[in-house]
Amino acid sequence: MSKISLIIQREYLVRVKKKSFLIMSIVGPLLIAALMIVPAWLATNEEDSQLVEVIDESGLFINELKNTEEVSFEHTFRSLKDAQNDLNNKGDYTAVLHIPKVIVSLPQTAQIFYKDKPKGSSIRYMEEQIAKTIENKKLEDLYNLSVDQISGLRPKVRIVSNKITEDGKSEESADSLATGVGLVLAMFIYFFIFLFGVQVMRGVIEEKTNRIIEVIISSVKPFELMMGKIIGIALVALTQVALWIVLSTAFVTIAQSAFSDEIRDVKTEQVKQLEEFNPEKGDNDVVKSEKNIFAELNYKLSLINFPLVIGCFIFYFLGGYLFYGSLFAAIGSAVDNETDTQQFMMPVTMPLIVSIVIAQVVMDNPDGSLAFWASIIPFTSPIVMMVRIPFGVAGWEVALSMVILVATFISSTMMAGKIYRTGILMYGKKINFKEIGKWLFYKG
Amino acid sequence: MDSILVAENIVKQYASHRALDGVSIEVPKGCIYGLLGPNGAGKTSFIRIINQITAPDSGTILLNGEPLAQKHISMIGYLPEERGLYKKMEVGEQALYLAQLKGMSKKDAKAKLKIWFEKFEITPWWNKKVEELSKGMAQKVQFIITVLHDPKLLILDEPFSGFDPINAKLIQSEILRLKDEGSSIILSTHNMGSVEEICEHIALINNSKKILSGPVKQIQQDFKEGIYEVTFKGNMIGFTNALWTGCELIDSNENNEYKKARVRLLEHKSPNDLLKAIVSEVEVFGLEEIIPSMSDIFIKQVEATSNK
Repeated sequence: MSKISLIIQREYLVRVKKKSFLIMSIVGPLLIAALMIVPAWLATNEEDSQLVEVIDESGLFINELKNTEEVSFEHTFRSLKDAQNDLNNKGDYTAVLHIPKVIVSLPQTAQIFYKDKPKGSSIRYMEEQIAKTIENKKLEDLYNLSVDQISGLRPKVRIVSNKITEDGKSEESADSLATGVGLVLAMFIYFFIFLFGVQVMRGVIEEKTNRIIEVIISSVKPFELMMGKIIGIALVALTQVALWIVLSTAFVTIAQSAFSDEIRDVKTEQVKQLEEFNPEKGDNDVVKSEKNIFAELNYKLSLINFPLVIGCFIFYFLGGYLFYGSLFAAIGSAVDNETDTQQFMMPVTMPLIVSIVIAQVVMDNPDGSLAFWASIIPFTSPIVMMVRIPFGVAGWEVALSMVILVATFISSTMMAGKIYRTGILMYGKKINFKEIGKWLFYKG
Repeated sequence: MDSILVAENIVKQYASHRALDGVSIEVPKGCIYGLLGPNGAGKTSFIRIINQITAPDSGTILLNGEPLAQKHISMIGYLPEERGLYKKMEVGEQALYLAQLKGMSKKDAKAKLKIWFEKFEITPWWNKKVEELSKGMAQKVQFIITVLHDPKLLILDEPFSGFDPINAKLIQSEILRLKDEGSSIILSTHNMGSVEEICEHIALINNSKKILSGPVKQIQQDFKEGIYEVTFKGNMIGFTNALWTGCELIDSNENNEYKKARVRLLEHKSPNDLLKAIVSEVEVFGLEEIIPSMSDIFIKQVEATSNK
């Protein structure tokens, strides 16, 4: 077995056998699964729906405020004072909605008095319903339009975004979903570069402080040791990613089958409400059932070129990791212990943090010039390009970005190798950037 | 003479500091070669060059008659002065890993390690983590790892530091045994006692230059100053008076029944001349030539070259 594969093997096994790796592999997917399951599960268990007493002096809204998941309405005809007293005397109602007679001319006069604050979404719902009713009333009064005619006045518009590809075809692009997929993958790259880059650095510092380094480099070249470490840790990272994907899928599936009925009920319920919320929708408009939502989701997912996205993810993940990993290795070799790393970490972590900031901008404007340059420059390209990929990026841009990234990581590992070679044998010297610069020109 | 290592005119320059300045060293096969010098003289730089950890700026190195190359790594066993092990790794696993890095097969390494572990009575440590071992214990493991692949050339930097006298003796006898089996050994140490005891040749490096080299016995002969110690019974004054102009009394010790005096003979005088002069005055029990210790030679030479 060649020496570098021995090193890779050791670096890999030592880390994979650690308890922390096992814990990360289980806790990560549990968190992911929890993020997907818990909100749905909470929704199923929500029982604290509020009962609002409605004092509608105009009598316009009796049929317009309909009970929802969160809030039920009951119309009464007593005075506001009685209702308020009742609230204080622990009546059944949790709030009183007072809609005065003048509401049509002075729409801002409605008030709600509460014991338990109604949810923001419930209040918005009430506002929307009241506004819509007033609008309908006015349209009816002024132009004598029927409710059906009015709903015809409110067409639902949806702009379908289409990307013209290089070969002149137009493709429906996957806007919001693309944004989500791209950002999540970019965050993954960011997180893993940091997590495993620092592991490379720690590994180097460990060998240096343990003083085993001189024993090892009398058997292998420093460059082999450095590359073995970087590659070994890359494999650990890939194992971790694979475990996360497999385990989170498993956890989500298990959890879904456990709660499946409840969750489906909730979803259907929500869909129904959605329809009720928008009664102006014509019959021809999409009557969304649960199936339709999933069908649409599936359709949108199908718009994303997943083999390309996943391929690019792996490429940019590895490219970015190799580039930053070699810089982290160089830092590790230059210092005697972890507390001395601060001043050298800054220039390495700054571009990473900047990439994430740029990524947020790029999300909104994936074809702008910032997006273009940030996805070409190797310091930011692994993260920024990943955000752009799901929107569809011209082939030559991806190729250029990839070539530059590969060229950069090859030269960065070579430079890091030079720094590393000198740094690992340097003890007790205060190192600065000038000193490191000199190391680049030392002869083997 | 057949040499395992011939280094000629080695120069190694760091930015503003010349670590080695035209150093030439020839290590004969099958001997223990002492590499001496004060701290910072350039010994470690030289050793690192032989181990191909760094390359010289100029100069040639022949190992076993061939120019030094990557393939020679498995022929060399190196025990650095600053040595350590992975703390979290188990002893046996780690020894296997390092042996394989030297090019041994896993099977061979395992079999050999077993023999060595038994010899050093450390078999029960195989599954222990290094952090559980004491410093001396870890040093034993490191020694085994260094010699495991039967290197033709062993480079030991301060091999006895950190050992108690019993274990130091054990290591020393192992070093001698390895020599008898044909290994050549470069020993870098500040312990002049062990240099006199086991080294046959030495080189002394100071301020990046080799200032002295050769067989230990020869060097000691070369540095003799014609001083003799006489053990006698009798009158000290008589003894002093008997020394004629060709001799100089350096010091004396009259506290015992047997008095001792150290006398320097001036040029062209032999110990017989001294004897002739004193036998009539005192009763002589012994006459011994004082051979300078390596420690004295070391200090004298280093001081002489440093003051230049």
